[in-house]
Amino acid sequence: MRYEAPDTLEGAVALLSGAPGEARILAGGTDLLVQMRADVFEPALIVDIKKIKETRAVAEEKGGWRIGAAVTGAELKEHPRLKQVWPGVIEAANLIGSTQVQGRATMGGNLCNGSPAADSVPALIAAGAVATLAGPEGRRDLPVEDVMLGPRKLALKKGEFVVSFLLPPRPPRSSDAYLRFIPRTEMDIAVVGAGVSLTADAGGTITAARVSLGAVAARVLLVPAAAQAIVGSRLDRPAQDRLEAAARAACAPIDDKRGTIDFRVQVAGVLTRRAALIALDRARTA
Amino acid sequence: MAKHHIEATVNGDAMEFLCETEDTLLDVLRDTLQLTGSKEGCSSGDCGACSVMLNGRLVCSCLVLGCEVAGHRVDTIEGVAKGQALHPLQQKFLEHAALQCGICTPGFIVASKALLEKNPNPTDTEIRYWLAGNLCRCTGYDKIVTAVKDAAVALRKG
Repeated sequence: MRYEAPDTLEGAVALLSGAPGEARILAGGTDLLVQMRADVFEPALIVDIKKIKETRAVAEEKGGWRIGAAVTGAELKEHPRLKQVWPGVIEAANLIGSTQVQGRATMGGNLCNGSPAADSVPALIAAGAVATLAGPEGRRDLPVEDVMLGPRKLALKKGEFVVSFLLPPRPPRSSDAYLRFIPRTEMDIAVVGAGVSLTADAGGTITAARVSLGAVAARVLLVPAAAQAIVGSRLDRPAQDRLEAAARAACAPIDDKRGTIDFRVQVAGVLTRRAALIALDRARTA
Repeated sequence: MAKHHIEATVNGDAMEFLCETEDTLLDVLRDTLQLTGSKEGCSSGDCGACSVMLNGRLVCSCLVLGCEVAGHRVDTIEGVAKGQALHPLQQKFLEHAALQCGICTPGFIVASKALLEKNPNPTDTEIRYWLAGNLCRCTGYDKIVTAVKDAAVALRKG
């Protein structure tokens, strides 16, 4: 098994596209090393992308924020500004694993691990985040909701990898929230996850929203019908009921040891409503 | 394939070692550098027995490749005591009997030290959340939390 740690995007792309066998990206390694040990993967090549500056940077760009794919959860939490602008994204990233895992785990890895239960992904999708990919044909941008196709299946072509995420500019009175259900208080895989991002006007009426659900389908879902259910409302009880119904209608979960279909559908509605209420509350002072 | 030749700073000393790509930092510490204080519990990042500091950040050394630490700084349990003088955390773990079999203890000490450097006066809840990635299967957590709080008091007094 070969290990390379290129310091340029071009170097990484050349390695990935030229690799004869299976190649894997190493960012935080909190999924990759576990899967290698469990013989899920036996890559011929590991490309560590952490020496590439763009994967490790957090910077303002065009009024929004660009976050490198290999920035760790702990670094996101410590960032002086991100938490105020994107509290939902930061809290979602910080729900992943223990303190030790937070010291290594990244949002790029969380997305590219290809799990429908990934915690940071619904928050990124609700945020309208766009993933910037580098590949043999250059760069391209892909909305985060289009990166994952199904469990362990990504829309990335051979030689491509996620370099960074761009979170869009925030109008006044915008905020977000992410909630997940697990049967304990910490360190578990989401049974359901719900991310909501919204903007309100001065009177508290929601003018724009995005809703995303995790662990209720083969991929993390963007649910436009749920967003439509609350735009134009002040999230009064009828709007909350419409939101819950739309969230539940989007669910197509599996039964497994962590939750039944009925339970997941029920909880998806509840979490979406609660996340929306938190996001609106935050938006009032944002 | 030839082994990787890695140079890193371990507990303040410049060290070099050879490793295979698949060798974890924990493998290197224990088997190559003979620093066996870091323990192998689960090898999947769940138990925290292999906790070390990598560039000042708490990580599980079982989830880091040896070749990733080239040019970086690694601090392990072996660097916590100063010669024969135990660190206050080590002393308080002893005083409060916060260990039985001791396998989890190096990880708890390294993780608790990282906490107290960041937060010198943590609440019980903050201690429990911070240490949620360190599992103890025999002592239970109450004595550990008590020892960490008492060590925090000692450290604040200086």
